[in-house]
Amino acid sequence: MPDVQALVNEFLLKLKKRKIEGSQATAKQTAELLRSVISQQRVPYANQAGALIDAVRAVGEQLIAANPVELAVGNIVRRVLHIIREENLSLAADAIGGLNLSAASDDEDDTEQDDHPVLSAAAVAAAARSTLRPPSLHALLEDTLDSAAVPHTSSSGAADKSSRGRKLKHDVIEAVNELIREISTCHEQIAEQAVEHIHQNEVILTLGRSRTVMKFLCAAKEKKRSFRVFVAEGAPRYQGHVLAKELVARGLQTTIITDSAVFAMISRVNMVIVGAHAVMANGGVIAPVGMNMVALAAQRHAVPFVVVAGSHKLCPLYPHNPEVLLNELKSPSDLLDFGEFSDCLDFGSGTGSPLLHVVNPTFDYVPPKLVSLFITDTGGHNPSYMYRLIADYYSAVDLVLKFIFICNFALSIDQCLATRSIT
Amino acid sequence: MVRKKGGGHRVSDEAEEDLSHVPLQAILLADSFAQKFRPITLERPKVLLPLVNVPMIEYTLAWLESAGVEEVFVFCCAHAKQVIEYLEKSQWFSQPNFSVTTIESHNSVSAGDALRFIYERNVIHGDFVLISGDTVSNMSLTQALQEHKDRRKKDSDAVMTMVIKTSKPSPITHQSRLGTDELFMAIDPNTKQLLYYEDRAEHMKGTISLDKTLIADHPSISLYNDKQDCYIDICSQEVLSLFTDNFDYQHLRRHFVKGLLVDDIMGYKIFTHEIHSSYAARIDNYRSYDIISKDVIQRWTYPLVPDVQFFGNAATKLERQGMYRGSDVAQSRYAQIGPFTVIGSRTSIGNNTTISNSVIGEGCTIGSNVSIEGSYVWNNVTIEDGCKLKEAIVCDGVVLKSGATLEPGVVVSFKVIIGEQFVIPAYSKVSLLPQPIKQDSDEELEYADEGSGTVETPSITSLADKELKFKSPETPHWSTSELGTSGSFYIWSLDEGGLEEEWRHSVAHIPEDKLAALLQAAENDLDVTAQDGNVLPPSGELDTHTNSENSEDDLDDLKDDSVYFEREVEATFLRAVHENVEVDNVILEVNSLRLSYNMSFVDCAGAIFYSIMKLALETPHNSTSELQRNAVNAITTWQKLLKHYLQSIDEEIEVILKYEEMCLESAKEFAPLFAQILHLLYDKDILPEEAILSWASEKEGADDTDKVFLKQAEPFIQWLNEASEEEED
Repeated sequence: MPDVQALVNEFLLKLKKRKIEGSQATAKQTAELLRSVISQQRVPYANQAGALIDAVRAVGEQLIAANPVELAVGNIVRRVLHIIREENLSLAADAIGGLNLSAASDDEDDTEQDDHPVLSAAAVAAAARSTLRPPSLHALLEDTLDSAAVPHTSSSGAADKSSRGRKLKHDVIEAVNELIREISTCHEQIAEQAVEHIHQNEVILTLGRSRTVMKFLCAAKEKKRSFRVFVAEGAPRYQGHVLAKELVARGLQTTIITDSAVFAMISRVNMVIVGAHAVMANGGVIAPVGMNMVALAAQRHAVPFVVVAGSHKLCPLYPHNPEVLLNELKSPSDLLDFGEFSDCLDFGSGTGSPLLHVVNPTFDYVPPKLVSLFITDTGGHNPSYMYRLIADYYSAVDLVLKFIFICNFALSIDQCLATRSIT
Repeated sequence: MVRKKGGGHRVSDEAEEDLSHVPLQAILLADSFAQKFRPITLERPKVLLPLVNVPMIEYTLAWLESAGVEEVFVFCCAHAKQVIEYLEKSQWFSQPNFSVTTIESHNSVSAGDALRFIYERNVIHGDFVLISGDTVSNMSLTQALQEHKDRRKKDSDAVMTMVIKTSKPSPITHQSRLGTDELFMAIDPNTKQLLYYEDRAEHMKGTISLDKTLIADHPSISLYNDKQDCYIDICSQEVLSLFTDNFDYQHLRRHFVKGLLVDDIMGYKIFTHEIHSSYAARIDNYRSYDIISKDVIQRWTYPLVPDVQFFGNAATKLERQGMYRGSDVAQSRYAQIGPFTVIGSRTSIGNNTTISNSVIGEGCTIGSNVSIEGSYVWNNVTIEDGCKLKEAIVCDGVVLKSGATLEPGVVVSFKVIIGEQFVIPAYSKVSLLPQPIKQDSDEELEYADEGSGTVETPSITSLADKELKFKSPETPHWSTSELGTSGSFYIWSLDEGGLEEEWRHSVAHIPEDKLAALLQAAENDLDVTAQDGNVLPPSGELDTHTNSENSEDDLDDLKDDSVYFEREVEATFLRAVHENVEVDNVILEVNSLRLSYNMSFVDCAGAIFYSIMKLALETPHNSTSELQRNAVNAITTWQKLLKHYLQSIDEEIEVILKYEEMCLESAKEFAPLFAQILHLLYDKDILPEEAILSWASEKEGADDTDKVFLKQAEPFIQWLNEASEEEED
């Protein structure tokens, strides 16, 4: 346990100090951290899923608070929570199979155990409904409530339960490993689809530098497609220069343009392919600054605006949610040299309030109506289909993680709904 | 990270093979050894004062941590307990790969003492970063450290690398945007070696003086006045021992840096590292507190900004127009919170209150119809209805009763209660503690001249300032008196020098009329220098040539210095007379004085001759003949000393000129004896005839008033002329 705490703290510090750049790296490291949290977590005999969920959620809350701008952290935390719930359900479903045979004994066990006969009933109900998708919230809620209500359990039926616990943990870790694998191979998965989208002698425009875009373009090149790339440099960080260098190294015909020249060039472009920082639940995109302008230009000339993004960038939140910090303002020194402007920033004389303000936002928001297509590792999707993808990846209960009281509130509402649907 | 480790290895290669990794160490001085933040610092150490709601030391520690420093020694002196308690409560003691150790001392009065104390502890084992706990930075150390180490490998005398940054000073007030005095630096553009450092140039005089030998040794020199000293130094271990060896070094810059630059015997060198895109600044006075707060709010210090939880700060959200808002802020719907304002958590704000360009701490209660502009309100402050604050600092726990007004530049210290409708006049400092009557003598010695730059400025400026002072109505001298209808506190009286300069360092911006007055004063000053027929360039002109290579020659006559020098030489000489010191020893002593005052042989000769004659004059005498006998005696006794300094004709002429000057001014009694003494000097082979003759020919063209002594010596000179002609024949 202590070493996990140290790991968590170290990762928290890195997040707080913005030392991890890029959502893929963040997502991968988050998943790895959560895997070690799960593997170190000691599971009680009853309600293993609840314990795991609590542990992951506790760490997740800290991680999200550490860097609220990096949405990938929250995404991965929610994905892992979802994994735990799913695995628990499938185990419960397996158990139901055996339940019919040894129902009597099992029930005895449970009634002996404590004042919670609900458990088995709920388990049965859950198992019965588990064939339906999405999985019932009610069952999961029961589980989490149990974890709060039953701090200790009897040792009876220990062997069976502990093996089940070990099984659950094992399954969850397996699934998280799968997730990590998915994150690290998402570029390749996306790149495989490149040939279907990039055609011979086309002109592709991109902005800034995204590794997903780079792999995507290179994959098309490797398949002997010949096409040209316009790279908008992406001020003020000028990541476009780096991308151009990489593309040229792979033998692609590349042209660098300034961000402000995008509109002038867009009429010659067949497709815009860009990366994203995050994809929101409504299909809107949070992307490097300047992207909205590119999207508007593309729409004006009816050029397809394609966003490539790994599934870890899918964020189940909506951009109008006040909990979501959409932007980060960086240091003005990217834009101008402090020394040159130090006399303009002399607040000591004159009016006393600074006359020169420098704003350096990192991200732009591109509304869903400007996006033609999303290419994720599972294939191409319309912006309007995003919510469906998100339902596949996340459990609705996990959407709000940040504040405990909100969580409780959400739980109680869900409970009300659930009970009402039962009655 | 990787590069840093590489650096560590290199050190160990150099130093000791068996040490595989030398951790990068830092000394953090949690005491500024100055009193600019009084009265606040009487109750709380400066490093714990909140800067945008986070104690200053957090910024420094967070930077050190992110810059890859692994071991920090926090030196605490004033209020050491508070600093240590704070650190114990914070997370700094429990960081992985970052150890914080406190060193406590109670009798250190300067940075020099602190470093000597640390040297005795023997905890520093390699290069270290020297920083004070009031520095805010986001620069990366890797490059500067690498440069320092590379230089060290080539030249073991490169003991220090100083971080500097471009920041233009104001041409009118001659101070940087941080409120510090204009800084002149001469840097070798090729090696980046620091050659000259002057932060207390007499800007009104318009001159700075560079040693000629500097230009001889360095083919090109860049002279800057637009560099800001960031007070981040990368030092080698030698720095500590240097401080120990020179026990009179107190101030890091004034004594240590200048000492190394002047002292060419040891040959230690200081280099500079300029940062461009990153930020570094030190909070030196109230003005820099204001400016750096604004820089933080404008995010120049990213990632050390309020909405990034770098350490110890509460979650804060950034809203439009540079508004930062903590959690649980209760704000009235009708309150107007202006741009670039920080509101701490749990603060409540009433109706129709306007706040702009300000920082409000945590847990404050602000009533209705309050106006807060450009102010810094710390934690748990209560401001009742209708108060007005403009460019003021209000410390923790202060209560402003309804209708109280704080005028620009006011500082209200902890827990003061200010009564209803009470108006605190501009630039006042208010505290519950009475003003200490007399400062510590040690500190006096060190810092007495710090606050009052006016002592050195020419009389015209101070006059102009004074007139202006008396015109403005709100600067009466507030004696330590208890005031206010429902509160008791002391308004500190400002001492004369402080009052003059208060506006320079206050949180309030410099009012227009002050700027106009300064401009006027500068122009007057210019006129005067023009009338004097002085060829010195006006200071304004100097500003425009900030980067001129090979700039100013040694134009300054160094009047002040030479007066001091003369006095010192005289004292040495008198001591020699009374204690019968060997001539050789006197020569040694005078030589060392010459080096420390940076004087030439000419000055020495003049000074020694002056001392000898003065000795003769002060020996009791009744008549001129007796005086002459005294002079003969003195000169005969000390001719060896005098001769030592008369190496060339320049010095000899100087002696004659000095003598002439004495006869005219300080020792008129010698006037009738001028020719006789000149003859004596000739007889004793102290002055050769060439010197006397060239003096005479030099004087030929002078005014009649200057020729008095020439006429007196005419027969003697004639005789000399004839003698030489005879010889030639």
